[in-house]
Amino acid sequence: MKFDTPATTNPIDRMKVVGQPVDRIDGKRKTTGTARYAYERNDAAPSAVYGYIVGAAIAKGRIERIDFAEAKAAPGVLAVVTHENAGTVAKAQAHTARMLAGPDVQHFDQAVAIVVASTFEQARAAAKLVRVTYARSAGKFDLAAERSAAVKPKDGKPDTAIGDFAGAFAKAPVKLDQTYTTPDQSHAMMEPHATTAAWTGSKLTLWTSNQMLNWAVRDMSKTLGIPKEDIHVLSPFVGGGFGSKLWIRSDAVMAALASRAIGGKPVKVALTRPQIMNNTTHRPATIQRLRIGARKDGTITAIAHESWSGDLPGGGPETAPNVTRLLYAGANRMTATRLATLDLPEGNAMRAPGEAVGLLALEAAMDELAETLKMDPVQLRIVNDTQVDPESPKRAFSHRDLVGCLRTGAERFGWNKRNPVPGQVREGRWLIGMGMASAFRDNVTMKSGARVGIDKKGVVTVATDMTDIGTGSYTIIGQTAAEMMGVPLDKVIVLLGDSSFPVSSGSGGQWGGNSSTAGVYAACSALRDSVARKLGFDPTDIVFEDGKVKSGNRSVSLAEAAGDAGLSAEDSIEFGDLTKTYAQSTFGAHFVEVAVDSATGEVRVRRMSGAFAAGRILNPKSARSQVIGAMTMGVGAALMEDAVVDKRFGYFVNHDMAEYHVPVHADVPYQDVFFMDETDAKSSPMKAKGVGELGICGVGAAVANAVYNACGVRIREYPLTLDKVIKGMPPVA
Amino acid sequence: MKAFTFERAKTASAAAAAAVRTPGAKFIAGGTNLLDLMKLQIETPQHLIDVNGLDLDTIAPTSDGGLRIGALVRNTDLAADARVRKDYGVLSRALVSGASGQLRNKATTAGNLLQRTRCPYFYDTTKPCNKRQPGSGCAAIGGFNRNLAVMGTSDACIATHPSDMAVAMRVLDATVETVNSAGQTRAIPIADFHRLPGTTPHIETALAPGELITAVTLPKPIGGTHIYQKVRDRASYAFALVSVAAVVQPDGRGRLAFGGLAHKPWRVEAAEAQLPKGAKATAAAVLAGARTTSQNAFKLPLIERTIHAVLEEAKA
Amino acid sequence: MNSNDGFPVSRRGVIAGGVATATLTGTPVGAQVAAPQQTPPTTMPVTLKVNGRNTLIEVDTRTTLLDALRETMKLTGTKKGCDHGQCGACTVIVEGRRINSCLTLAVMHEGDSITTIEGLGTPEKLHAMQAAFVKHDGYQCGYCTPGQICSAVATLNEIKEGIPSHATGDIAAKPKVTTAELQERMSGNICRCGAYSNIIDAIHDVAGTERMA
Repeated sequence: MKFDTPATTNPIDRMKVVGQPVDRIDGKRKTTGTARYAYERNDAAPSAVYGYIVGAAIAKGRIERIDFAEAKAAPGVLAVVTHENAGTVAKAQAHTARMLAGPDVQHFDQAVAIVVASTFEQARAAAKLVRVTYARSAGKFDLAAERSAAVKPKDGKPDTAIGDFAGAFAKAPVKLDQTYTTPDQSHAMMEPHATTAAWTGSKLTLWTSNQMLNWAVRDMSKTLGIPKEDIHVLSPFVGGGFGSKLWIRSDAVMAALASRAIGGKPVKVALTRPQIMNNTTHRPATIQRLRIGARKDGTITAIAHESWSGDLPGGGPETAPNVTRLLYAGANRMTATRLATLDLPEGNAMRAPGEAVGLLALEAAMDELAETLKMDPVQLRIVNDTQVDPESPKRAFSHRDLVGCLRTGAERFGWNKRNPVPGQVREGRWLIGMGMASAFRDNVTMKSGARVGIDKKGVVTVATDMTDIGTGSYTIIGQTAAEMMGVPLDKVIVLLGDSSFPVSSGSGGQWGGNSSTAGVYAACSALRDSVARKLGFDPTDIVFEDGKVKSGNRSVSLAEAAGDAGLSAEDSIEFGDLTKTYAQSTFGAHFVEVAVDSATGEVRVRRMSGAFAAGRILNPKSARSQVIGAMTMGVGAALMEDAVVDKRFGYFVNHDMAEYHVPVHADVPYQDVFFMDETDAKSSPMKAKGVGELGICGVGAAVANAVYNACGVRIREYPLTLDKVIKGMPPVA
Repeated sequence: MKAFTFERAKTASAAAAAAVRTPGAKFIAGGTNLLDLMKLQIETPQHLIDVNGLDLDTIAPTSDGGLRIGALVRNTDLAADARVRKDYGVLSRALVSGASGQLRNKATTAGNLLQRTRCPYFYDTTKPCNKRQPGSGCAAIGGFNRNLAVMGTSDACIATHPSDMAVAMRVLDATVETVNSAGQTRAIPIADFHRLPGTTPHIETALAPGELITAVTLPKPIGGTHIYQKVRDRASYAFALVSVAAVVQPDGRGRLAFGGLAHKPWRVEAAEAQLPKGAKATAAAVLAGARTTSQNAFKLPLIERTIHAVLEEAKA
Repeated sequence: MNSNDGFPVSRRGVIAGGVATATLTGTPVGAQVAAPQQTPPTTMPVTLKVNGRNTLIEVDTRTTLLDALRETMKLTGTKKGCDHGQCGACTVIVEGRRINSCLTLAVMHEGDSITTIEGLGTPEKLHAMQAAFVKHDGYQCGYCTPGQICSAVATLNEIKEGIPSHATGDIAAKPKVTTAELQERMSGNICRCGAYSNIIDAIHDVAGTERMA
């Protein structure tokens, strides 16, 4: 099905199942421990043996020699695989660094070997006996030092310019020119990267933890030099990804190599927690300069956003300025994205790449501008709303209700109680402050397919290679099929995470929910047509409801229509030019109240509230979870997350969960989430948009702005740890 | 983790004897730190002596009105003990601010004292660390040292002791009781139990080979207001950047001990005379001789500010 | 050659397994004796009472309780998130108390009663806490969920037993089921998906108490 004109009325609009806050259909499995993750496939790959990865001890250089004789002779050891005996291990295009080092080492903890043994304990012990001789070479690890050497990246649109920014900025009566920094961050999903691999002849099966199965097949094919048809990837449950599992990582490649080395028997591999931060990808650090010129009434006349980040040679930038291209009006504007070479582990996508860090800077800058203007921060944003793409005013937004979010959010939060003068509200030792920020995330759509069948009992089964990484895909896909086929949700079986199923959008970039359900919509439409054909019903006058197919005065049960043989159909949704014709984005407004300890500078988030506009909300319960989870991650970004680079050795030092802090229960208050009642017919037949990443966008800046309002300390280097807070506070005694 | 043999000890002196008899032996109780380190091969015992079966898990009054805490009393049980909560509130408060509920259920009194430092370079076996590999250098000096020590450091090591419990025990003048393989016991004042790094940062305590902690005793209660203020980067389940254990008397005199400052729980008794003068004077006396880095210098003003908060709370 | 760190170990040279192994560590209880080149793996029998059933297993002495459950007994409901006591995904209830099963050896639990997520309830017969997690959407990816649920069940018991926490106002008083108490006590269970607020609602629901903040 091609989606190239805005959706009209369709069966989803009935909202009998879609749009309802139903419990997740996989909930019982997840809460009873019966959902099986990649390392737990005793059902499919019993008697798997254990692989343990040895990571590089240097950041850059060459392996001169690997001596694994002692490891090989250790108890239980079945094989040791290194670059010398691995066979073809090419770099897939999607990877910046290779999944197996040798002879060159590209970053710290890049895999150099895998030890395979009968037990986990044996493999782990033997891995320590692999002796690697390195020739270490100098590397670049300091973004600030490499900033001046940064270049314009080849891909994307690194430079944009409209009007005369320099002239308008110079003339602006009110100006802001500030630089903000954001640190490297780690996805830190709870399930480590893990894979069980087995070969049957030339056929490879991977039970892995992956967001994008089609990419996994593609990249494994390239890496090992084997046909895609010979690769079967299964990933029915994924213990969190946030971008770190968009592409196969060394666990999958090394497990495949390890299994091949022992004749194809299943081998399971999980990255250890201390390995993950340096072996896999991270969100790159940025330096961002914001310049905004405004008239005294707050109208922005000039806006510029420049960003510097680093990556390994061949890698890409963090596209922080992109958000500034679309969020606010302003006749004169420019953005620039620059990329430095750094020999740190591969930088790549983490939840809302670009926007998440871009808004940490832009929305803090807007708060500073509002203060200079003596204007309410909400009002400043309302004044600068735009209904068209500011870079090409003929391109309208498909639907944009940022203003509605700002007003509704402010109302729900009680923004009018905020004292705009910082440091005025005190409760005992605590200084109380309120802050807000806009949320903005692009709406991306991806081609997505599915197969839907009905059996003789009237049970509907959906199969697609879509993944559920905690997003609720199982449930919203089930709701979509139930709505389309007119059956209750418990009459729908949803099968996900198998690369032999029709190729879906996969999970990433908040495109999965809308795209994959639209693919299921397409397949259900095809199935409805085939039911109509079989029954000889007029397809333009047909209703699927209550388990029946009705046309005129005829009514046949779905079970009967399917017959003994059953019926099935497959289709996919393909998105046309509507995302080009219209700017498609999701919007929101975050409101945060914090308390800052006037003595110690510790920050506690006391209240969070947000209103969000993301098209039709397919399941308010799981969508709310997506938003509160992203808000939580944004609290981490604002207050604590910082993958610290040791610039001498070239690696992330605090590479475990004791030292890299993410929020815990005690850091997170109740989170109020309100969804604007809207649909966006230009986004998909579901009239939905992405919502999985919107919640992290802007929230960190809202926290930072609240900290400023609480104690008057403006911190432009994230995260806002207490050492930076007390530096700006008056003495206590 | 290297392979090891395992035995369950029946008596404390038999455990100590087994430790001396068996090369590369270590005791294991809660295991929450030892196993963590064994997985990384930072600790590589060849033999583990499980002391959990020993009769050392009770809290009993002492003849001089104090409390004797068995070495195996779990952190949870110590924090929950009614006598501790009533008379040694600072200890209960310190315990519940440490680690997580799960870890406190397993961690023991002796094991908490013996937990090793948390410097990230100590934890990464690809990096130099004098504590892990004497003579290899200290990667933390000149590296990531935001949370490392500012007092009592040496050119060999700037690690901090991570315990909260031990800081409270230091302020309470606790005594560590031990037994050795010959069955001899001794009592070590908590002040002397942990060592400063000097040139031998790999030696962290006063324990001799095979010596087993049997108990920690607390002197009779000293009254006063008990406060444990822990300052950290997130609201819970994080090591202290700094912490202050305080017992403040109604007349403004009192005792202070500090976590997050040094290789051992830090206390400067002489500085306590400054308490009636306030936080600034007290902090200056506590922090005399501090050696900071650009990353951890904030601990100095933070200590002053935290002492101030503690004194205000004591007044309230 | 990079020499800007100034450490001899970082120069061109041998690093074992990416690892410079220390033979001298901390406070050894015995004299340091050179280890034999290879120590054969040492296994021991141990009987664990898991979810009410006595089970005799033979395990490597190095096997953690977590790996004994997951790998030896194939009870994979208990999760390995960090293997170092930093995340809480491996939480199980041993002798009535929640612990991190990754930081204890199986051989240290001879005869112990262990309750895992599988022992609390099944998809057909959910435990009240499991049902509350479903109702309140107290999970997303599901990986930390078994640990959260075991921890939540044990947390309510700990409050009932009068065990204090960092959030307890008067340390000498009996703690109550408040939002602050639950948040503090559950902080050893990390959920990167950020379902915290829903998890606290689920626990309040089971406890029959109201959220306060």
